[in-house]
Amino acid sequence: MDLTFFAEQLLNGVQLGILLFLLAAGLTLVFGIMDLVNLAHGSIYMVGAFIAATLTLWTDSFIIGLLLALPLTLAFGMVLEIVALRTLYARGHMDQVLATFGLILFLNELVRVIWGPAGLAIPLPAFLDGSISLPLGIVYPTYRMFIILIGIAVAVGLYWLVAKTRLGMLIRAGASNRTMVGALGVNVRLLFTAVFGLGAMLAGLGGMLIAPINQAQIGMGEDILILAFVVIVIGGIGSIRGAFIAALLAGVIDTMGRAFLDVALLTFLQANAAETAGPALSSMLIYILMAAILFFRPQGLFPPRGG
Amino acid sequence: MISTMFGKPTAWTTTVLLVVFALMPFVAPAIGEAFYVDVFTRIMIWSIAAVGLNLILGYGGMVSFGHAAYIGIGGYTVAIFGFHDITNGFIQWPVALAISGLAALVFGAISLRTRGVYFIMITLAFAQMVFFLGVSADKYGSNDGLNVWNRSTFEVAGLDLSIDDNMTFYYVIFALLLLVIYVTRRIVNSRFGMVIQGARSNDTRLQTVGVPTYAYRLTAFVISGVICGLAGVLQANFEQFVSPDMMDWPRSGELMFMVIMGGMGSLFGPVLGATAFLILSEVLSGITIHWHLIFGPLLILLVLYVRGGLTGLIGKFERRPPGV
Amino acid sequence: MMKQLLGATAAIALMSSPAFAESIKIGFVTTLTTGAAIIGVDQRKAVDLAVEHIGGKMGALDVEIVYEDDEFNPQKGKQKTEKLVKADDVDIVAGYIWSHVLLASAPVVLNADKILISANAGPSPLAGKNCNANFFNVSWQNDQTPMALGEVLNQRGIDSLYVIAPNYAAGKDMVAGVERTFKGNVVGKDMTTWPTQIDWSAEFTKVKAAKPGAVFTFYPGKHGPAFLKQYAQAGLSDVPLYSVYTLDSLSLPRLQQAKMDGVLGTTMTQFWSPDIDNAQNKRFVDDFKAKHGSYPSFYAAQAYDSIFLIKSAVEATGGKVGDIDAMRAALKKADFASVRGDFRFGNNHFPIQNFYSREVVADADGKWTTKLSGVALKDHQDVYAKDCKM
Repeated sequence: MDLTFFAEQLLNGVQLGILLFLLAAGLTLVFGIMDLVNLAHGSIYMVGAFIAATLTLWTDSFIIGLLLALPLTLAFGMVLEIVALRTLYARGHMDQVLATFGLILFLNELVRVIWGPAGLAIPLPAFLDGSISLPLGIVYPTYRMFIILIGIAVAVGLYWLVAKTRLGMLIRAGASNRTMVGALGVNVRLLFTAVFGLGAMLAGLGGMLIAPINQAQIGMGEDILILAFVVIVIGGIGSIRGAFIAALLAGVIDTMGRAFLDVALLTFLQANAAETAGPALSSMLIYILMAAILFFRPQGLFPPRGG
Repeated sequence: MISTMFGKPTAWTTTVLLVVFALMPFVAPAIGEAFYVDVFTRIMIWSIAAVGLNLILGYGGMVSFGHAAYIGIGGYTVAIFGFHDITNGFIQWPVALAISGLAALVFGAISLRTRGVYFIMITLAFAQMVFFLGVSADKYGSNDGLNVWNRSTFEVAGLDLSIDDNMTFYYVIFALLLLVIYVTRRIVNSRFGMVIQGARSNDTRLQTVGVPTYAYRLTAFVISGVICGLAGVLQANFEQFVSPDMMDWPRSGELMFMVIMGGMGSLFGPVLGATAFLILSEVLSGITIHWHLIFGPLLILLVLYVRGGLTGLIGKFERRPPGV
Repeated sequence: MMKQLLGATAAIALMSSPAFAESIKIGFVTTLTTGAAIIGVDQRKAVDLAVEHIGGKMGALDVEIVYEDDEFNPQKGKQKTEKLVKADDVDIVAGYIWSHVLLASAPVVLNADKILISANAGPSPLAGKNCNANFFNVSWQNDQTPMALGEVLNQRGIDSLYVIAPNYAAGKDMVAGVERTFKGNVVGKDMTTWPTQIDWSAEFTKVKAAKPGAVFTFYPGKHGPAFLKQYAQAGLSDVPLYSVYTLDSLSLPRLQQAKMDGVLGTTMTQFWSPDIDNAQNKRFVDDFKAKHGSYPSFYAAQAYDSIFLIKSAVEATGGKVGDIDAMRAALKKADFASVRGDFRFGNNHFPIQNFYSREVVADADGKWTTKLSGVALKDHQDVYAKDCKM
């Protein structure tokens, strides 16, 4: 197999993985610390994309749009937490699944009423349009490289935040023992709101980054939400490191499936059968991966300490 | 808890609803709304599925987020047989139930190794696999789905027990709903049922005294899958159409909603829930196309503030002395 | 009994005083919620415009349209159709964007022995084996447009083609259609997960490696603009892109908003274009633009035609909408001015019509639209018609 081709596909996989990570990071934080299953996380991704797209069209600059949209999405997440989701912390997972399912219906319709059914499309900034040349003769779209770099920066930042700062210490403590953190005189409520806002901002960032590639679109969150859930379950719920590794794994496996599965199947299937089986199998690949991993490790790759 | 299951608190509501089910084919045409016969047929089919899910969700505490898959498998089996011109219900129905059960056995065996959210997500993953299988099956219509041009036929010794007539089919479904509720009641009140409910809160203790809870839970999971498979068989026959949409993940969510809305772990709750859910969406979508703006928050409020679902709500109301 | 009585009274009233006219009730099922609502809303605009253009009258009958939303879901579409047929008791059911919604709903209308008119979906079962005397299609059969595109590729001397399409029924129909007429080599083919996959980086890398003479694609709805944007961003602008149902008046404004200049000049095939030169089309497009500020889509054109088709039948039967045999015979004649120019129904009640190639251009005001660039197929009938025993 052509090395350039392989390397470029690997980059494609990493880029998809990075995007999944941005969603999964917030999901796994909220899950690990507040024990909240939030199906509406995908809706925040959508809202982030719409806000960024609107601001980009207003200011005529994607970067300014992005920088303004980040705090707005943070605020949106915090309001959402205070108004609707806070009450759910004390509830079972099923109540959470259902209430946030209701929230999806609501937010999708709300976005449709505000922005209309067509969605919003925004141009790429000129300096990110086009391709760059990398070693091995790879020519890669600049903007996708930009997504990869931002994602890595976010991963490093999160690692630093969780491992080295006081907030991170509280987050880690809060995950394993909520009451104790409260006893230390920390405002747990505020901490939770902040963590939720952070997760929302990351999901929103994912939506903002994807907006110039696809567009801001109703229902865009649901397409990727399930994949993000698969990622955090594979990674082990509550583990940022797990989410990062699982996201890259899922991204690369999905992409490689699309890139090579049809050819691979041809070696032991008839052309006709391979043509049918290839797409079917590649759409199921991530779910098969998840079932296999959970079969051997029922708590994912990096189970959080103390359950 | 168990004593409230069928009987006392919601006895009135239960009776009223059953009477409505029983009389609908006569009442609806009489008041010039024959269309409601179809609405109630659909309600009863979803009720069967909800009762099936409730067995593991309400009683067993197993939050399956993928039960639409079994509805789909049941439905598709009927449709695929029909596609190959095999309409004999004595072949279609048992095979459909067997395949649903088999799928539930395989998926359940793997899923039940996990707990909590992992369980929710892995059941979802399996359902998505079945969904994508349906989308990829181009011979059987892919995502366009497949028409079931002829309903299942039942001919015994020259006697044609046809379900082509909508009225007949309505009462067949009604009878099956009652049967499913009765079977669930028997299961729940048996030793088997006690283990399932016990394992929900105290799995480890049961295991230490030598009860193989895994096998019990798996059996319940399979029974629940078969009941949903039955709902799928009925749905394919009634709608005369199957498509992957019937097993997409929002359908699994809606099914869960019906169970929760009615009140989990009550025998008749899921029926109440399915009825309320479908009528509510019917009515709201008739009022405005933005009905999700109302429906979504309504569902959230229901989860947040109505403990025990409608059964709980009605129970509270009915327990009050008359006249208050 | 009550109804008959009312009907009789109304008939007498009609005879004695024309001011007290009867009405024809048309149910129109389309998608008004979810992201796909953009298509349904466009169709609704066209139907409303058609009703306005005919002054709300078909013959002596007042026109009443009942819109229903299928929520992009076959089960929901079927329920709404049931409501139209059984509760609202409409005379004719029309609409249907999606094949799966139409397939699910068709038995309801046909079993009730009512007329069903598809204003978009044209799935092969209804064109062939399961064709029905009461079913009419005013759009096209899925395979025809890509077959026309295959001819365009041949005319332009393209000898190697890479195909990317979604892995579902319509996607496969489109690919089969183009392969049926294209004479060169298909050097690569990717069928992507539908509807969740909205990123094509892996596929585009494969295209780059395969170096085809052209790429053929089909992505309707929200996927279309995303595909085109990523195609340009992937550095494939030197590989010509040919598409069906991917670029239309709904996606072009958004692509223009995103400044995707690479789209200009792209070729596609279609049975209609806003610039087809006839009086009916001119009135439709001009008034639509004046009213809504945008070009109508082909979905809108079909919806507009469906109202005029019904009107022609109502007038030919003298308003006897209940006489199914007469209505059917009158519809079959397709005796009305279509925005696409003349067409006739084949034995399976699907149109026999021309397919054109069209190109994306900027109009005099700088607005992006499509312009006819040639005839790809003349008087073309779909291939399933021969399986239809009618």
